Amino acid sequence: MRSGRGDRVFAGGVTGLALIVPLTLAGITFLMVEAAWPSITKYGVGFLTSSTWDPVKEIFGAAAYLYGTLVTTAIAVVLAAPVAVGAAIFLVEYAPKRIAGTLSFLIEVLAYIPSIVYGLWGLFVLVPLFRENVEPSLQSLLGPVPIVGGLFAGAIGGRDLLVGGVILAIMIVPILVAVSREVIAAVPTAQREGMLGIGATKWEMVRGAVLPYARIGIIGAIVLGLARAFGETMAVTLVVGNSSTAITSSLFVPGYTMASAIANQFVEATGQLYFSAIVEIAVLLLIVALVVNTLARLLIRRVSAAPQGFAI
Amino acid sequence: MTMTVARPTTTGAPEALTPEPAPVEPAIRTERLNAWYGPTHAVGDVTFEIPGRSVTAIIGPSGCGKSTLLRCLNRMHEITPGARVGGQVFLGSEDIYWQGVDAVEVRGRVGMVFQRPNPFPMMSVYENVAAGPRLRGWERSRAEMDEMVERNLRRAALWDEVKDKLRRSGAALSGGQQQRLCIARALATDPAILLMDEPASALDPIATYKIEELVRELADELTIVIVTHNMQQASRVSARTAFMLAADDGVGRLIEYGKTDELFTTPRDERTEAYITGRFG
Amino acid sequence: MTAAALAPAWRVRRRRRVADTVMAVLLVVATAIAVGLLVLILGYLLVNGLPALNVAFFTERPKPFGVEGGGVGPAIVGTLIVSALAGVIAIPIGIAAAIFVTELRPGRWGGIVRFAAELIAGLPSIAVGVFVWSFLVRGLLGRYSALAGAVALAVIMVPIVARTTEEVLRLVPGSLREAALALGAPRWRVILRVVLPTARAGVATAAVLAVARAAGETAPLLLTALGNLFFSTDLLRPIAALPLQIYQYASSPYDDWHAKAWGGSLILVAVIAAVSLALRAFAPRGAR
Repeated sequence: MRSGRGDRVFAGGVTGLALIVPLTLAGITFLMVEAAWPSITKYGVGFLTSSTWDPVKEIFGAAAYLYGTLVTTAIAVVLAAPVAVGAAIFLVEYAPKRIAGTLSFLIEVLAYIPSIVYGLWGLFVLVPLFRENVEPSLQSLLGPVPIVGGLFAGAIGGRDLLVGGVILAIMIVPILVAVSREVIAAVPTAQREGMLGIGATKWEMVRGAVLPYARIGIIGAIVLGLARAFGETMAVTLVVGNSSTAITSSLFVPGYTMASAIANQFVEATGQLYFSAIVEIAVLLLIVALVVNTLARLLIRRVSAAPQGFAI
Repeated sequence: MTMTVARPTTTGAPEALTPEPAPVEPAIRTERLNAWYGPTHAVGDVTFEIPGRSVTAIIGPSGCGKSTLLRCLNRMHEITPGARVGGQVFLGSEDIYWQGVDAVEVRGRVGMVFQRPNPFPMMSVYENVAAGPRLRGWERSRAEMDEMVERNLRRAALWDEVKDKLRRSGAALSGGQQQRLCIARALATDPAILLMDEPASALDPIATYKIEELVRELADELTIVIVTHNMQQASRVSARTAFMLAADDGVGRLIEYGKTDELFTTPRDERTEAYITGRFG
Repeated sequence: MTAAALAPAWRVRRRRRVADTVMAVLLVVATAIAVGLLVLILGYLLVNGLPALNVAFFTERPKPFGVEGGGVGPAIVGTLIVSALAGVIAIPIGIAAAIFVTELRPGRWGGIVRFAAELIAGLPSIAVGVFVWSFLVRGLLGRYSALAGAVALAVIMVPIVARTTEEVLRLVPGSLREAALALGAPRWRVILRVVLPTARAGVATAAVLAVARAAGETAPLLLTALGNLFFSTDLLRPIAALPLQIYQYASSPYDDWHAKAWGGSLILVAVIAAVSLALRAFAPRGAR
């Protein structure tokens, strides 16, 4: 194939621009680790285990932020997964085609709402609701129960880890539904017929043939949702409280997540070490995001008919 | 015509779960059976009877509605969105399309084997066979389960090949073995009737031969209805054959039905003759 | 054969039927919750946001607390400027990456570029903000600026543009390329004059969708553009942006500003959702 000057120039230009992508990724990783280096070397593993965050004395331990992130993400997944997977099953197996189309569309619209708007809605609608109704009810109902009651102990302020988790749950529902739908729809009809042929009810068919077949992909969807919840900032920062660095078992504690800690403190991070510590939190987010996203894609690709290009 | 009620004599049948009447003398009778896919009329006015404990083949060119007809016999047709059935289908003395009948129960009592083998890949060979009975609440001791699984794998002529692979995935078998697994799975619910939709068309000749042998053996115990596009297969395997054809209006109708050797040697209808002599289809 | 002859035999055990019905109901409930959430959010948005909208809201700049009126004018302008600038940076890179991967067939490097784009797409937007904050704001440029904000948004946009454009390019039939090549056209001409024009609508859609997505981001701008209460077109100074303004209004203790936050949100959602959903019809599947 002859390759004239025009081709070489063109290829050169396109390649140059295209290579900016991996270059940027490498740059992001390298530069952020470099900026966080003072903090990484000074605090070592203690950064992950200590919850003392004192800018004045320059002692930084991000355990409380880690904890907040884990708790809110866990709440998000626990609440969102049943709703989303249930909706996905309904849309694929039960709903008539036209209704399924409309409903899916409506659920997808949720994905187009910017996170700041979720934060706003969470702050002005969810927080008062939880403060006045939900949390007092939970406390009186489940407070006395041993072990579980500890989750609902303490003063109720409204802006806490629980509400943070709930708003994240709402945010990840559309992704979970979309991916689960694809995965479930990809289960071959022959499997459904095989189950029905031996005398299964519709639900028995779903439980016995569809879900086991789609299981890996659904887990992938959940991991994807987890990745999204993990790094979410604006929705959470408005409702999670941002004041306490105590690690207790109560969900009613106004805590931080890693992302909200960054958003709240970056302005004050004038000192070199403080700045470094903030960047280190971001590096942690980066690492987890990379790992979790890769895992999610591997899981989903194995099962669904999703396109093999720059994936979702 | 009255049907005699008799208990089937399959050996070692699992005991009844509830005091329901035993499956009656396996025979199928359709009365003006029609089937639609939405607005498309696929099967028109089929009325015929299938005797018990025998093999009946349904043949015809593609698109003649033979698979659709078969799927009407165990109420599988209506699973497709927009699909509809008219007329009656009597299994024994009872019309399975009567309002009070639960389609799920019909499918549990009539076995079906599909064109492409479809064992459940997430279940082991053992679990595939046990799936049907488990659904119907048949939970027994380990030993009884093992015995049931073995019995049905033997009936499907598969036991010797998989007896040390019982825990392997149902999909980890060859095509022919998978299909026999599906047959075992269908047999496990102890049906009196077995419907087979071109069961060997996706298989190689040796596997096909084994399936045909199996069909002949099973005919001693069950009523088998087999759809096939292979006329030689029909003549090898069946006692009676039904020939279907889609008319100009696209509706599949039953053209001729009779003893297999008579239909193939002295067909009464000229369309049947045209088909079996290869002039079309 | 009368109905009376029908034994109750052809019935499934009650427990199985009940379970089947119960599960069906639960699944409907789950779907209702998922859909209901949208209705709730949009509902509150409309109810609370509409009252705040008036002409002044769109054109004026924020007034200090205690003074009536004011609006998000600077924020709207700021968002337009920063998003457009981000687009100028990101769209060429994204399209180039897509062309690189699909048309130039560079072997292993294609996989590397694609994988890198996927990973960037998976980064939390705050992390991207921290990167640009550290690299440009505290590093190179030395100040919070519109330019830094645009760079942060561009990083987020590139994978979206690349992904969607790649899909669009793959839809162009190979026979078209072969025919053009067979006529003797050089590779670059085939791509620029045949393939891209054919995919024109899809690529344009991809670009607009990416810009719309980026326009709604707050976290990256928080650490880079910082926000501004005044109209500004200086790229080297902090600039206002609608999501940032909403955040500032929302975090304040003042009811009037809360109302303005709702108003700003309504505008943001209306524009982004309208643009994205309208264009979705033109974009190939998966372009979200």
